[in-house]
Amino acid sequence: MCSTCGCSQPGGVTITRAGESLSGFTPLNEIKLSPLVQHHHPGDAHTSRVIELEQDILSKNNQQASHNRDHFRQQHIVAFNLVSSPGSGKTSLLERTLIDLHSQYKFYVIEGDQQTMNDANRIARTGVEAVQVNTGKGCHLDAAMIHRALHELNPQDDAILFIENVGNLVCPALFDLGEHSRIAIISVTEGDDKPLKYPDMFASSQLCIINKIDLLPYVNFNVDRAKEYARRANPQLEFIDLSATTGQGRDSWYQWLQRQMATREPELVH
Amino acid sequence: MHELSIVLSIVDLAEEQVRKNNAQRVENIELDIGSMAGVEWDALDFAWTAGVKNSVLENAQRQVNRITARARCLQCQHEFEITQPFEPCPACHDYLVEYIQGKELRVKSLTVS
Repeated sequence: MCSTCGCSQPGGVTITRAGESLSGFTPLNEIKLSPLVQHHHPGDAHTSRVIELEQDILSKNNQQASHNRDHFRQQHIVAFNLVSSPGSGKTSLLERTLIDLHSQYKFYVIEGDQQTMNDANRIARTGVEAVQVNTGKGCHLDAAMIHRALHELNPQDDAILFIENVGNLVCPALFDLGEHSRIAIISVTEGDDKPLKYPDMFASSQLCIINKIDLLPYVNFNVDRAKEYARRANPQLEFIDLSATTGQGRDSWYQWLQRQMATREPELVH
Repeated sequence: MHELSIVLSIVDLAEEQVRKNNAQRVENIELDIGSMAGVEWDALDFAWTAGVKNSVLENAQRQVNRITARARCLQCQHEFEITQPFEPCPACHDYLVEYIQGKELRVKSLTVS
């Protein structure tokens, strides 16, 4: 487990625009909490007080997520949180989508990875503005990181924002980023029982993209079985089968995006 | 893996309460954690030791109320104990179920001094 996970510690997280260098990046090596003065005098009279708090542990993240959601609503931005295992083809799918649809929509991308600028630089080569969030030892993006990244990106109104989460099917499930929809991506080179193994991610997503379907003849992946497993975790889950490499099935994905844009909340405030 | 984030969020909540109440430390903390909250007990224990160091929770007694998840079938209204997120209703075998409890992840109470 990541014992030095610095997810909620701003000091361990860096946010860098595509094309800029990562110099000055200092990974978080230890947990630093603000030291608290705890003077203890033997003669002090101690009174204990019970506080019935009943507060959600993730309430701070949820408040920040709802603040992000307000940003998106005011600016008429539709944000998608892309979650998957490493290597499912999230970045390749984004590259193809951005190239195919750049004349129809204004796009922005927030890339999440533990290290490197590689993905943001790949996205930047398509001409789309991207920032890279490096979580250091962290295993997921949280709402505060997205807020900082948004201020760095400074997106225009009426745009689509793709947030590519850290490749991890476990932890990102718990952290609302303020997104409009969550999209889980699995590829046919993985096991078709992945939805059974990692049900939380499928339970919290609205769309499941099955990628790399051009490789189906060469692998032992049963698409129907994978969908049936995912529906057990989430009976409302929608599916799109495609290949980011060959482009097969991409039209369904673009139509889905178009529907999301058409049904966004009309609360544009200038 | 995300358990340390959870522990650090608990530390944040505890420090806020200690400050608000002009206290210095937490003696006891009571947590409600559902069996379907996505928290691994062992990982939480491990993260706790590291996460509460040098904080108001360092010497606090921790009490965890583990809440067993229960679900209701949306087809036949049967209520049952659920142990896996993709478990079908034992009465009608439908997968369309909603949680009644078991997703809790909250600080129930704190004793500060």
